[in-house]
Amino acid sequence: MPLTTYLDAIREAMVEEMRRDPRVFLIGEDVGSYGGAFKTSAGMIEEFGAERVIDTPISEVAIVGAASGAALMGMRPIAEMQFIDFITCAYDMLVNFTATSRYRVGSGCPIVVRGPAGGGTHGGPFHSLNPEAMFMNRPGLKIVAPGTAYDAKGLLKSAIRDDDPVLFIEHKFLYRRIKEELPADDYIVPIGKANVRRSGKDLTIITWGSMIYVADDAAAELAKDRVSVEVIDLRSILPFDEEAILNSVAKTNRVIILHEAPLTGGAGAEFAARIAEKAFDYLDAPIKRIAALDVPTPYSPPLEAFYLPDREKVIAAARELLRY
Amino acid sequence: MTSPTPLETHGLTRENLLEIDYFLRLTRTLEERLVALFRQSKVIGGLYRSLGQEGESVAAAYALDYALGDVVQPLIRNMGSILVAGAKPSDIVKQYMAKADSPTRGRELNIHFGHPARDGFIGQISMLGDMIPVMAGIALAGRMQKRHLVGMAFIGDGASSTGAFYEGMNFATVQRLPLVVILENNGYAYSTPTSKQSAVRSLADKAHAFGCASETVDGNDVLATYAAARRAVERARAGGGVTLIEAKTFRMKGHAEHDNQSYVPQSLIEEWSAKDPVVRFEKTLVDAGIATAADFEMIQSRAKREVDAATDEAERSPMPNPEEAARGLFAGDGFWEEQR
Ligand SMILES: Cc1ncc(C[n+]2csc(CCOP(=O)(O)OP(=O)(O)O)c2C)c(N)n1
Repeated sequence: MPLTTYLDAIREAMVEEMRRDPRVFLIGEDVGSYGGAFKTSAGMIEEFGAERVIDTPISEVAIVGAASGAALMGMRPIAEMQFIDFITCAYDMLVNFTATSRYRVGSGCPIVVRGPAGGGTHGGPFHSLNPEAMFMNRPGLKIVAPGTAYDAKGLLKSAIRDDDPVLFIEHKFLYRRIKEELPADDYIVPIGKANVRRSGKDLTIITWGSMIYVADDAAAELAKDRVSVEVIDLRSILPFDEEAILNSVAKTNRVIILHEAPLTGGAGAEFAARIAEKAFDYLDAPIKRIAALDVPTPYSPPLEAFYLPDREKVIAAARELLRY
Repeated sequence: MTSPTPLETHGLTRENLLEIDYFLRLTRTLEERLVALFRQSKVIGGLYRSLGQEGESVAAAYALDYALGDVVQPLIRNMGSILVAGAKPSDIVKQYMAKADSPTRGRELNIHFGHPARDGFIGQISMLGDMIPVMAGIALAGRMQKRHLVGMAFIGDGASSTGAFYEGMNFATVQRLPLVVILENNGYAYSTPTSKQSAVRSLADKAHAFGCASETVDGNDVLATYAAARRAVERARAGGGVTLIEAKTFRMKGHAEHDNQSYVPQSLIEEWSAKDPVVRFEKTLVDAGIATAADFEMIQSRAKREVDAATDEAERSPMPNPEEAARGLFAGDGFWEEQR
């Protein structure tokens, strides 16, 4: 079986959905003949034409706004941000118009906004964003962040088929580094379902995106000392799989929440609060969060490495929790 | 020997003209050095060339008076403009190499540095269009502080499609702020041709939406660009408000080093390569009897010496200490006050 990269999985999901459903189209900057800044949409304009693979001016508000208008008319737009950081330029449109549409006036606005996110590539303050938390407190958007090629494809299909707007966060560090054998048949990964990547009994790591690999590494290292770590890949951040989180905490009694975005006000704060509210009796140790520093993403490699969570930080936190 | 062609120099002396040539050569030489460092993986992150656009960057920025507090705001392809404003080549190389003693101490990329009140230039953020409102604010403060400074902002054909550009231009124009905006029409925004960016016949026509002055200039003609910028700067300083100048030029390289610009027709590249602004400017000076090949050789060897020295200094500089990443977010922790 040939291996599919995380990047190709995203393209395959778009292509298969566009073949299946004539309402689906792609809109964004340089997505057409150039095939996207990361070549995510390479070959798509050749197959679907410029009517369905639409190059836009550098106008993020127009991209998200036009996608939303088209969605109200029954289309199923996929709006690409060249880097997910530029969604901040269309934040107003997305959180005010798109996300609130169904609740305010009963008009669902099924768009997917997708684009490359995340750090570790020396992209500096404006090409490294992990945007989930800035949307969590603005109800109306679903937020997913796949870490595997399988989930990237399956979740993007779910997102396109979903009747509400979905923010699809791609980790660009994974684009060409992750390759997997994927099923030949159509499949989806449901939004809102976590995946237990590794099952264990002493400690749970709840994480998503590229941090699942940091969690895997830490778990493998801890296993050498006979510490059994459960790794939960949340995959969907909103809605999130509360049941999977609580079940795991009930089993291991210790939990680390690991994410790449800054600590304070990060998505992990919500998960920690939910655990404290609903699983307090199961906890043998404090809930621990490992996240980036509370600063903009610095560019220089030594600074960025210090800023980002890594395996050592997770292992140190695990050892601390195991002392309880 | 043919007799010299008389040249309109728009008040520029021979020294000025040779200094402009020096900045052109310095920009090109420094950028070629950055390419070499990029290929050795010493430049961290992307490298965005300004080959073929050095003329308008340098000529427009040369129309400002930094002693009066004027401020220039480059985008990624306007390294020449900040060299004119006084940026040190060693600081630029250190920025690209993400060094501890670079102006941003490794936090920011390439030419994203500079303080408007201290340096005479201000680094951009990546979000295209955002700098136009910021430059309006700089011009506004200058007026409130009763200084007669002028702001100059560079913006691309692509970036002029953003909402921030329109809001900033409109605000600056209704406020009659001393702002000159150089809208570089270099043919492409990444892979997108200008025709798919804006439907106006000339990008200078966007001025009609704001009600500001405008003109279109051949951005590869150094003297014409200088003259247009000078007129706009004088208008701004005299209280005449905003001018939008469309500088027609061409991006001779891909969007960044990774992009081989296969989407650009070869004929366009050939056409514009014959209009190289540096070659053209030097030929004009020779034809007018103002300078000789020997002058340019001296200028070129000075540029090379300075770039060599800047590179040596940057290569010797340390990388930042990792722990520094946690500091300098707010005033009061002393990080930015420490000497480097
Ligand atoms: C708001 C925003 N959207 C997208 C980008 C990604 N991007 C970086 S440069 C670029 C093209 C810029 O074209 P132009 O403004 O014409 O300047 P040029 O590169 O031609 O000098 C794009 C799309 C960005 N930096 N900011």
